[in-house]
Amino acid sequence: MNFLIWTAKRLLALVLTFIGITLISFFVMHLAPGEPMSLQADFNPKMTPEMRQRLRAQYGLDKPLYVQYAKWFKGLVQLDLGRSFSPDRRKVWDKIRERLPITVLINVLSMILIIVVSVPLGVRAAVRQNSLFDQVTTVLVFLAYAAPAFWVALLLMLFFGIELGWLPVSGVHTLMGYEHMNTWQKIMDWARHLVLPVFVSAIGGLAGFSRYTRSSMLEVLRQDFITTARAKGLPERTVIYRHALRNALLPLITILGLSVPGLIGGSVIFESIFAIPGVGQLMWSSVMARDYPVLMGNLVIVSVLTLLGNLLADVGYAAVDPRIRTGLQETE
Amino acid sequence: MPFKTIISTSICLVIILFNPLQAPGQQPASPDYGDSIIVGSIGDASTLIPMLASDATSHEIAGLIYNGLVKYDKDLNLTGDLAESWDITNRGKTITFHLRRGVKWQDGAPFTSADVLFGFNTIIDPKTPTAYAGDFLEVEKAEAPDPYTFRVTYKKPFAPALSSWGDIVVLPRHLLQGKDITKSPLSRNPVGLGPFRLKLWKTQERIELRANDSYFEGRPYLDGYIMRVIPDPATMFMELKAGGLDWMGLSPVQYQRQTNTRFFRKNFRKYKYLSFSYTYLGYNLRHPFFRERKVRQAISYAIDKEEIIRGVLLGLGVAATGPYKPDAWFYNPNVKRYPYHPEKARSLLKECGWKDTDGDGILDRNGTPFVFTVLTNQGNPLRDKTAQIIQYRLGQIGIKMNIRQLEWTAFINDFIDKRRFEAVILGWTLGQDPDIYDIWHSSKTGAKQLNFIGYKNPEVDRLLVMGRRIFDREKRKKIYFRIQEILAEDQPYTFLYVPMSLPIIHARFHGIKPAPAGISYNFIRWWVPKDEQKYITR
Repeated sequence: MNFLIWTAKRLLALVLTFIGITLISFFVMHLAPGEPMSLQADFNPKMTPEMRQRLRAQYGLDKPLYVQYAKWFKGLVQLDLGRSFSPDRRKVWDKIRERLPITVLINVLSMILIIVVSVPLGVRAAVRQNSLFDQVTTVLVFLAYAAPAFWVALLLMLFFGIELGWLPVSGVHTLMGYEHMNTWQKIMDWARHLVLPVFVSAIGGLAGFSRYTRSSMLEVLRQDFITTARAKGLPERTVIYRHALRNALLPLITILGLSVPGLIGGSVIFESIFAIPGVGQLMWSSVMARDYPVLMGNLVIVSVLTLLGNLLADVGYAAVDPRIRTGLQETE
Repeated sequence: MPFKTIISTSICLVIILFNPLQAPGQQPASPDYGDSIIVGSIGDASTLIPMLASDATSHEIAGLIYNGLVKYDKDLNLTGDLAESWDITNRGKTITFHLRRGVKWQDGAPFTSADVLFGFNTIIDPKTPTAYAGDFLEVEKAEAPDPYTFRVTYKKPFAPALSSWGDIVVLPRHLLQGKDITKSPLSRNPVGLGPFRLKLWKTQERIELRANDSYFEGRPYLDGYIMRVIPDPATMFMELKAGGLDWMGLSPVQYQRQTNTRFFRKNFRKYKYLSFSYTYLGYNLRHPFFRERKVRQAISYAIDKEEIIRGVLLGLGVAATGPYKPDAWFYNPNVKRYPYHPEKARSLLKECGWKDTDGDGILDRNGTPFVFTVLTNQGNPLRDKTAQIIQYRLGQIGIKMNIRQLEWTAFINDFIDKRRFEAVILGWTLGQDPDIYDIWHSSKTGAKQLNFIGYKNPEVDRLLVMGRRIFDREKRKKIYFRIQEILAEDQPYTFLYVPMSLPIIHARFHGIKPAPAGISYNFIRWWVPKDEQKYITR
């Protein structure tokens, strides 16, 4: 029962936070110099002041900001994110939706890659703390973390795409003849195109996540129950993977929860470099064009996911860790 | 259409690097049909209804799908496109277009003068969010007396009028009438009259066009045109190398250094011609430093334009002497020039009272040192390098110039529009018509208007108005020659350079004939011999 009340309270706080986020973002966004028709109208000799006014009125920019916000929020309540201010005037949801699959695909793949590689890496480094392996991985991981993604991407493209010719340089699938491939060939084609983007987008996370695993693991290995387990004479494998790792992974739930919004976030840098038509590029061009509805639409999705991710992490914690569950019941 | 893209309208001075194996005489006599071309573009199109689009990519693609009443031919003369001919009567105020018969929209409906009238009514409709209504608001009356005649009457004779009847104003009435153009499906599924029709558009990924078999000038030799969106120029170049692209625009470094390998000589042809644009250093003429003409002339003498062209463009450009490019028919080569002459610059400044009295290496007058800031937009390395070279040269004659880069929209709205600048480095895109009223007339100095430097010269004002009213080419030429003389004397800008367009195209494409208009004017006549064809699409 307490758990339910706690969850309900959290949900209410979430809704209020969400409204706050949209409100602040809406006003901050309009503080940036320029307006949606800037790209179309600025420095265009054919643009007359009357036409500029007309465009402003069409976009509703001639009304006070709070009226604009109210109108936008009313749409949101009806699950209508409005229409883009760019010349195509498409529905915001359509514009975001067509970009989502590829962004989510790459991010999920890179997330899997990160976990699969960095957890064992972190565990090994912790178990053999200060060994050669630990030091080498530390250096490598930090190098990878520090190297700019665009530079790494270009080097990899040059090497695998041009020097060796093994992988395609950019895009998500072959341009010509793609329609005539069978399903298996199509999957292989996509896979070949996605190797580099997934790898490049995983590099940064790899470094962070393996470090988290390592330090969390070190923490746990110092605990009394590990000593107890060893004293019982359990094999080292069991001690590490059953007793230590399970506890060490707890803090990682938080980090995973916080990564949820990142799944649709997308990155301008690697999307631009690999010519991937994802959400990141859409956001970048919308910022440049001051396309407020698209920006707000994306913001809504990202903030909902962030808040949900936080909630999930908290709930997940409570579910996994009995100490948190009981602590909760005692305080309330 | 002054704002059509550089590629589709560019001009001359073309030097092709012929491969000796491909001398024209050895080409087969009859072109083959087939194959596709893959073109790289850094941006996606926004909408394929030309009058709603304002970006270069949209106009480039729309230009292959739609046609206008008139177009520019390879020598930049206006010729008929959908109009077979036209008469100018009523002392230059009335234009009567005689339209081609038997032309069909891509959905099979016949094209008539009603489509032109509909397009005109749409573009002047206040509800249409278009940036191109300006020229059409000069129209007093437009009518379609019969299906193949379209007549338009202007309030006053208006010389740029004829060229405005290009592809932005012809729309399929049967698909749009009574509908909201901003929400029309035509924006993403256009129906035009042109040589290509849309096959597929994957946002931010690619646009595929296929040949229109029933095009009124005969179908293009190529089966397809595919534009791939690759936002990063480095990636685009690698994609070209990897064989994924057939046509892209090169940067000067790529042109001069990176494409001189055996691989490129064997597989590609490079072209170069002057682009329809120029870069300038513009002064805020309200500023006490720049109010005096002699100071502006001194700065022009202190800048070595050739050095900038060598350093920034690697020689791929020419010095600008005025607001036109040197191969236009209205370009006046005999205006006052400002060769690099630092001594002259110093003495001109001295005449204005600028001396280094405190010995700090910077000129001063009445206690004010000659220090100013030049603004330019972020993300344009050519302008950034240009600014640095100018900074160095001005430093040598005792002027301290700071450089500040700004994000484009902030630059325009917070600095240019509010006149909060001392000097700027920017560029203008040029049209095929000499009319530059909007940039130089003294009535255009208001907020958001383009004479933002505040240039006022009564003689230029008078000539600019006259130039718009006269159709006769020779008389117009005289008017614009005089304007260039005055601008060269006044130096409201230091005109810096006209860069070159540097396209590279795969060697299997034949029939590319560079002309004053650039290379793409005869795109529908490009072809690939059967045994060299790469993409079999039919």
